[in-house]
Amino acid sequence: MQYVPNIRIVEMPCSGTIDHRVLLQAFEDGADGVFVAGCMEGDCHFQKGNYRARKRVNAVKKLLDEIGLGGERLEMYNLSAAMGPRFAEIANEMTERVRRLGPSPLKKQSAGTMEKEGDVA
Amino acid sequence: MIIAQQKPIKDIAEMIADCKKVLLVGCAGCVTVCLAGGEKETEILAAALRIMRRLQDNPLETVTYVATRQCDPEYIATMDNLVKDVDAIISLACGVGVQYIAERYHDKWVVPALDTKFIGGSKVHGVWEEKCGLCGDCVLHRTGGICPIIRCSKSILNGPCGGSQYGKCEISKDVDCAWQLIYDRMKALGRLDKLMEIQPPKDWSKSRDGGPRKAIREDVMIG
Ligand code: SF4
Ligand code: SF4
Repeated sequence: MQYVPNIRIVEMPCSGTIDHRVLLQAFEDGADGVFVAGCMEGDCHFQKGNYRARKRVNAVKKLLDEIGLGGERLEMYNLSAAMGPRFAEIANEMTERVRRLGPSPLKKQSAGTMEKEGDVA
Repeated sequence: MIIAQQKPIKDIAEMIADCKKVLLVGCAGCVTVCLAGGEKETEILAAALRIMRRLQDNPLETVTYVATRQCDPEYIATMDNLVKDVDAIISLACGVGVQYIAERYHDKWVVPALDTKFIGGSKVHGVWEEKCGLCGDCVLHRTGGICPIIRCSKSILNGPCGGSQYGKCEISKDVDCAWQLIYDRMKALGRLDKLMEIQPPKDWSKSRDGGPRKAIREDVMIG
């Protein structure tokens, strides 16, 4: 599977463990964009982890809009661990979006990393 | 518990616009349970304010702390060391906490991050509802365990009023008529006669109408 090299993967036991603080920290640490990759809807081992993740991602998107960083820099996707090509597609899609938005204004020197949180390795 | 909700972040940022370093103080009491001002919310607010200020090229330094309860001055005292070099303190407690902090630290700019809404409970996770109007002279034993003071939009004591329709209050079809609920419950309990008892006018001096209130228990006072 091939995808853009500028992504740092942060593995979580379940996308449902995603916390507003982790997402904000990624941006504070200089991420230009963050995407959360949860399992397919209906496929969560913990029943509703990915639904909860989506709600939190949406709440943080709204907060990012309010504080001026822009909710577009954050997105939630659903895919299974077996969907390698789809992962690559999402990674490229998100990278494109972030390129269009430009580097994060929070970053002093642009290192060009994008962070991803999720349970898809 | 006391139910509070966070103010719009822009309003909070505005209150501390001229500060370089602030202390954000959460409370482990009610506002932790209603998810407005616990440890998590305190850290989220701190991060959001920092990001906002970095975007304005005017960085903000934050320190966070969570008091066991901000409505007990002894727990406020535990943060003496933290307040020394900050320009402002943002309290994420109810209005009680904000006031105790302001009382202890006279020379500090103390601001509220929350709007204190009401006394209530959580109907389901994420939904809180008002249940008690703090009238100071509870009448729930006469009203089937349903509060007419706060759940009746007019706080009437001899309802329902003429606006009650199909069990709903005239202010909205989403609001139950408290007096319909009271009537139904008393009927089910076989105690409708209780509703017929003549009551003297309610003594509102025991409520807010009598000015700020105090509760005193001499037997537990120290010293
Ligand atoms: S300060 Fe307010 S929110 Fe905190 S425990 Fe006391 S009453 Fe509840
Ligand atoms: S009657 Fe008074 S004390 Fe009792 S629940 Fe209603 S407002 Fe609260």
